[in-house]
Amino acid sequence: MDDVSLQTESALRVPSSPAHAAGTSTKSAVAASPRQARCVMRGIEKSYGTLPILRGVDLDIPEGSFAVLVGPSGCGKSTLLRVVAGLETADRGSVEIAQRDVTRMPPRDRDVAMVFQSYALYPHLTVRENLAFGLKLRGVAPAEIAKRIAEASSMLGLDGLLGRLPKDMSGGQRQRVAMGRAIVRHANLYLFDEPLSNLDAALRAEVRVEIRRLHDRLDATTLYVTHDQVEAMTLADTLWVMNGGVVEQRGAPLDVYERPRSRFVATFLGSPQMNLVEGVLVRRDGQWLADGGGIVTPIDDERFGGALTEGRAVSIGVRPHDFEVAGTAKAAATLRVEIVEALGFEAFAHGWLRASGPRIIARLEAHHARRARAGEAIALTVDPARVHLFDPSTGLSLDAHASRV
Amino acid sequence: MSAPSSTRSRSRTGAEIAESVAVHTALLLAVAFALYPVLWVVTLALTSGGLGGQAGSAILPFPTSPSLDNFRIVLGGGGGGSRAWLFWQQVGNSLVVSLATAFVAVAIATPAAYAIARFRFIGSRAGMRTLLATQMFPAVASAVPLYLLLDALHLLDSRAGLVFVYASTAVPFAIFQLRGAFVTIPIDIEEAAMVDGATRTQAFVRVVLPAARPAIAVTALFAFMSAWNEFILAATLLSRETAFTLPVVLQRYVGEHDAAWGPFAAGAIVVSVPVMALFYIAQRQLISGLTAGGVKG
Repeated sequence: MDDVSLQTESALRVPSSPAHAAGTSTKSAVAASPRQARCVMRGIEKSYGTLPILRGVDLDIPEGSFAVLVGPSGCGKSTLLRVVAGLETADRGSVEIAQRDVTRMPPRDRDVAMVFQSYALYPHLTVRENLAFGLKLRGVAPAEIAKRIAEASSMLGLDGLLGRLPKDMSGGQRQRVAMGRAIVRHANLYLFDEPLSNLDAALRAEVRVEIRRLHDRLDATTLYVTHDQVEAMTLADTLWVMNGGVVEQRGAPLDVYERPRSRFVATFLGSPQMNLVEGVLVRRDGQWLADGGGIVTPIDDERFGGALTEGRAVSIGVRPHDFEVAGTAKAAATLRVEIVEALGFEAFAHGWLRASGPRIIARLEAHHARRARAGEAIALTVDPARVHLFDPSTGLSLDAHASRV
Repeated sequence: MSAPSSTRSRSRTGAEIAESVAVHTALLLAVAFALYPVLWVVTLALTSGGLGGQAGSAILPFPTSPSLDNFRIVLGGGGGGSRAWLFWQQVGNSLVVSLATAFVAVAIATPAAYAIARFRFIGSRAGMRTLLATQMFPAVASAVPLYLLLDALHLLDSRAGLVFVYASTAVPFAIFQLRGAFVTIPIDIEEAAMVDGATRTQAFVRVVLPAARPAIAVTALFAFMSAWNEFILAATLLSRETAFTLPVVLQRYVGEHDAAWGPFAAGAIVVSVPVMALFYIAQRQLISGLTAGGVKG
């Protein structure tokens, strides 16, 4: 419960003092917000046959927090969500929701609400009946059902659709109904399984903001699965990056973005993805340099501390956005431009630093973006604080602060 | 015809016109081919006392002096007077047997097909193949064993016995059909129901069954029709006139030495009308995809 949520319209309808005094419970009643619950997973393992999907996942979502699980397809994020929902049973490990061990409980006893990627609306029921379905099953009184449907409907703009069948609605409308069906439940925990992946780009951006707004209003504990890094970055309070059945890194989105723990996280987050070249560490005039693949740049020795040894092989990572066109300064790299993608306010220059080296992308700003032409050579500098170093064999960051958890 | 094609028709080339003519001619021929026997049946049914001389050898049959006599004979049980109730009892036999077959087929096949479609268990594939295999044998092949079985069970000449026999072929076929339907119903909606608070059974009854309703209706219709039309087993297993189903009744009009084609044709029409009506009613269910829109689609 934070100050922002107290300023929402519904919270202001009650006299402020009791709302402050009674805290969460009063606000829940007023704003019809879901009960907040903490969700803790410990050592979740799951295999399909001999194929391990989850290999020991620990997850902790505090009350009212928005956690996003992000990772490439096949990393186990959806399976983990289904384990929380009770649609899959973990081979090992435990799931705890609101201080209750629900590991062996069927989905209906876990008091979670879920929004499916396919929306999974009941095809033979109208929107109103879809929203009421779970409440009726749980024996909620008709008056209360009507009240909650009215609330959710006005929150999501479903008022004109309540009598329609799913097949008579657009994708965006169905998506809203799916969210409404979760909202009316007032559940302990809200699960989202790639809820935006079937929407077109414009609608996706709109609904993304809408989801964040709903969360700020309802303060519901949320676990959201996506492979879309933009959704992950913009929605999350805490980001959990998964890879190969384990959590590779967790943290606030910007921390993870700025201090990726591994090459995998570094290249997975950020678009276009981080450039990586192989090189070595050298010390020149009392200054540590990373040198390789056509880049020679000073580095922030405070950040890498004890990991710095003369001649050590490293993978050097620079995001396209962290290159700058060198004016009078000494260039760290020279990019031979093959293609320029002009986006108006910026441009991505694709090319090579060295004939045999990997393909490199640099972002150019403003007038540099307008002037860039294929075939040119552009001198670039890098902010030393923005240079990432990874161990070439383990793929882990040399950054002492890029901790896993 | 839709708007785009009608605008296009203005600028049709000669080849397109020729193609259209060819297609329509072929379709008309096919329709004529299908309707010709029906025309014969209708003519026969409406001609009293059988077709004599010129009508019988006409290329295009037409009832010259239409009469409902043949229908009167059929509805009167073939003899009139005291036999009048007989025909209606036989209609009752057909109805009861067909409805019961449809009911048994759907009642057994629905849960069976759901289990096969949704759960992996030992024998599910082998079981499916076995069910398919039962469909390969013609009903006559099992007529004798079935006769012996029913005799031992004292179910010859009874409606229950016939339902028993019909269900043995209708159930596997229905399982096969319904399994296909359940496979197309997204499992997401069941999972959504279970997260929403449903037990597995509630999810099945309140979400899956309604979504499968068109398929179940079609399956029931098929079972009903196959029982309604079945002749060989009925003729083998029924010997009492009061136990006859309609196909057996009809066949009785065409004996070895004397063929009463008029009443036979009238009876054929009487028997087909309910099936046609059912098809007409079920049309919407046959076509409608009720699951459309439930998931992204």
